[in-house]
Amino acid sequence: MDFTLKIWRQKDAQSQGQFKTYQLTGIGADNSFMEMLDELNEHLIKNNEDPVHFDHDCREGICGTCSLYINGRPHGPQKAITTCQLHMRSFKDKDTITIEPWRAQTFPVIRDLVVDRSAFDRIIQSGGYISVNTGGVPDANETPITTSKANNAMDAASCIGCGACVAVCKNASAMLFVAAKISHLAQLPQGKVEAESRAESMVAQMDKEGFGLCTNTGACSVECPKEISLTHIARLNRQYYKAKQASDYIPDKEEIHEG
Amino acid sequence: MSMKFDSKTPGGPLEDKWSKHIFDIKLVNPANKRKFDIIVVGTGLAGASAAATLAELGYNIKAFCFQDSPRRAHSIAAQGGINAAKNYQNDGDSVYRLFYDTIKGGDYRSREANVYRLAEVSENIIDQCVAQGVPFAREYGGLLANRSFGGAQVSRTFYARGQTGQQLLLGAYSALSRQVANGKVQMFPRTEMLDLVVVDGHARGIIARNLITGKIVSYSAHAVVLATGGYGNVFYLSTNAMASNTTAIWRAHKKGALFANPCFTQIHPTCIPVSGDHQSKLTLMSESLRNDGRVWVPKTKGDNRIPADIPEDERDYFLERRYPSFGNLVPRDVASRNAKLVCDEGRGVGATGLAVYLDFEDAIKRIGRDTIESKYGNLFDMYKQITGENPYEKPMRIYPAVHYTMGGLWVDYNLMTSIPGCYALGEANFSDHGANRLGASALMQGLADGYFVIPYAIGDYLATRSYDMVPTDHPEFLKAEHSKNT
Repeated sequence: MDFTLKIWRQKDAQSQGQFKTYQLTGIGADNSFMEMLDELNEHLIKNNEDPVHFDHDCREGICGTCSLYINGRPHGPQKAITTCQLHMRSFKDKDTITIEPWRAQTFPVIRDLVVDRSAFDRIIQSGGYISVNTGGVPDANETPITTSKANNAMDAASCIGCGACVAVCKNASAMLFVAAKISHLAQLPQGKVEAESRAESMVAQMDKEGFGLCTNTGACSVECPKEISLTHIARLNRQYYKAKQASDYIPDKEEIHEG
Repeated sequence: MSMKFDSKTPGGPLEDKWSKHIFDIKLVNPANKRKFDIIVVGTGLAGASAAATLAELGYNIKAFCFQDSPRRAHSIAAQGGINAAKNYQNDGDSVYRLFYDTIKGGDYRSREANVYRLAEVSENIIDQCVAQGVPFAREYGGLLANRSFGGAQVSRTFYARGQTGQQLLLGAYSALSRQVANGKVQMFPRTEMLDLVVVDGHARGIIARNLITGKIVSYSAHAVVLATGGYGNVFYLSTNAMASNTTAIWRAHKKGALFANPCFTQIHPTCIPVSGDHQSKLTLMSESLRNDGRVWVPKTKGDNRIPADIPEDERDYFLERRYPSFGNLVPRDVASRNAKLVCDEGRGVGATGLAVYLDFEDAIKRIGRDTIESKYGNLFDMYKQITGENPYEKPMRIYPAVHYTMGGLWVDYNLMTSIPGCYALGEANFSDHGANRLGASALMQGLADGYFVIPYAIGDYLATRSYDMVPTDHPEFLKAEHSKNT
């Protein structure tokens, strides 16, 4: 297959970037998108040109390292996969493919298609954990958890922290990322203890990093490679509301039921 | 060159060694722990759990990873599960049985004392992960679910869908993040270790490259913990991540850390076969699939009918035929060797003839498509994505691939390499899996080393050391830095 690639090249966060066009021929349909870029880079290196910088590592869709805005969509045209799982058979021969980095002020470009997502780490550091030390914990079967709670928690926990949700959001909001962690932990008895303070501190850090506000357009969930649902944002809002109204909040049905 | 090998394995009965050792080793009191700096290289299961736990104890940690975030280490890609001798299923499991299975699976080449300890602390690992909020699979009664894995006749594998490695790593990452917030861990992402610095025979620091600026920087400490994974990527194609490049343990080896059993490489039986010649890596399908999938090839050579057209009596379920008691759940090396054998006989399937079928037709009939989907949905999706074929309708094609390395840096019972003060954890060391690792035991070993072994073991060394730091303008640092700059 032959492709025309329009790729965003940018030296660093301070420099002005621009699109550069490359022609690539003889690409196999079974090649992954990353392998296609590998081939481009081999040509560039042979011609003494600077290779295109892009993030990637596991190439199995789980580490969350790869990014890329492909033809105007994060992780490309297909649903529920990362860029590294995209194969060239998803494109037509002679297609023009436009490749850009994640676009958000909170993810500054480091070089070409590589961005800085360390804001996500700082949000987790602000409270995305259960405060237990190693050792001295109860037996794992001491606390039964219903399959539905475990499943819902797992749905949220499957977030890979790639940042597609922020990149696609017109407000560059990180609500889906933050909600996934809060919802994962808030649904488990172990995580309930700190659920409200966690919501408060993680949201505060998210705001401090400069992520935009959520206007519930839902693009984040549509483009999420792990299909994290918007309902987790609702759960985050509820936890946050509870934290803010701690003095006089009304317990929800479930909690009354649990006594 | 002659060298004294002392594994420092404690005496006494196997089952008492670890508890006796914990009592016998020297302690560093809490106030003095603050006076020691420890470098941890790698933030996978072993590195992240070690960094977090050592920081909780009070040590000052500098943690390094080449990824842009510690959450992305390649432990994240482990799919199937983690073993533990909980005997929750009441099917005859015990610490001794897990120990025995591990030793036997490794062809009696691992160090018994280390493996027994591994089996002992396996139970604590599950407790710890649940306390951190790892969403393991549950039964309807709310208790933890288990499945069985290759090489075991009991059901002792805990799992979080097909993303167990991800969930365990995110648990360790959360503990690590908490310590970063507490100021006890200084995190250096996008930083790659280039060399180990040895001063007066002891590991005293590393040289590392900042992968953004290219700058080479020296870091000094009282001990260095390498949790940098295995060397699978020395092979042309493996299931390892692209940047897992083996260099850290190689540099340590060049500085004098001895390397043990480099030939012990695990060839994983259930990998998606190679297609085309520009492939950059191989993708693994969890071997948990062998719980429900049946492995077969046509009985006759060169039978290139589509699988649905091959009648039952013309199929050779070669694992079930040769190993009736384990069936499709034989250990990995046996499954791999047999798959290669039938392909060498000319009975391989697919375009290259280098593949065997992994068929779910019977399992779907027996327990239904929905159950199969809930157990393996993401693996089936991944297969479809890569091959363009639907495994609910057509059997998967699989072939063995380089996956894990049992060999690694030689370590003693305290996980110290032959360089005093330099430790190797997880896949980077050699001690626990002998000639072959059982499925779901890599996650167990990484977390055992990080959460429950190194926090005790390192004290025995540090308690004998002075608090003085080696300045980074010491000739050994300058020499190492210089050699990297030229």
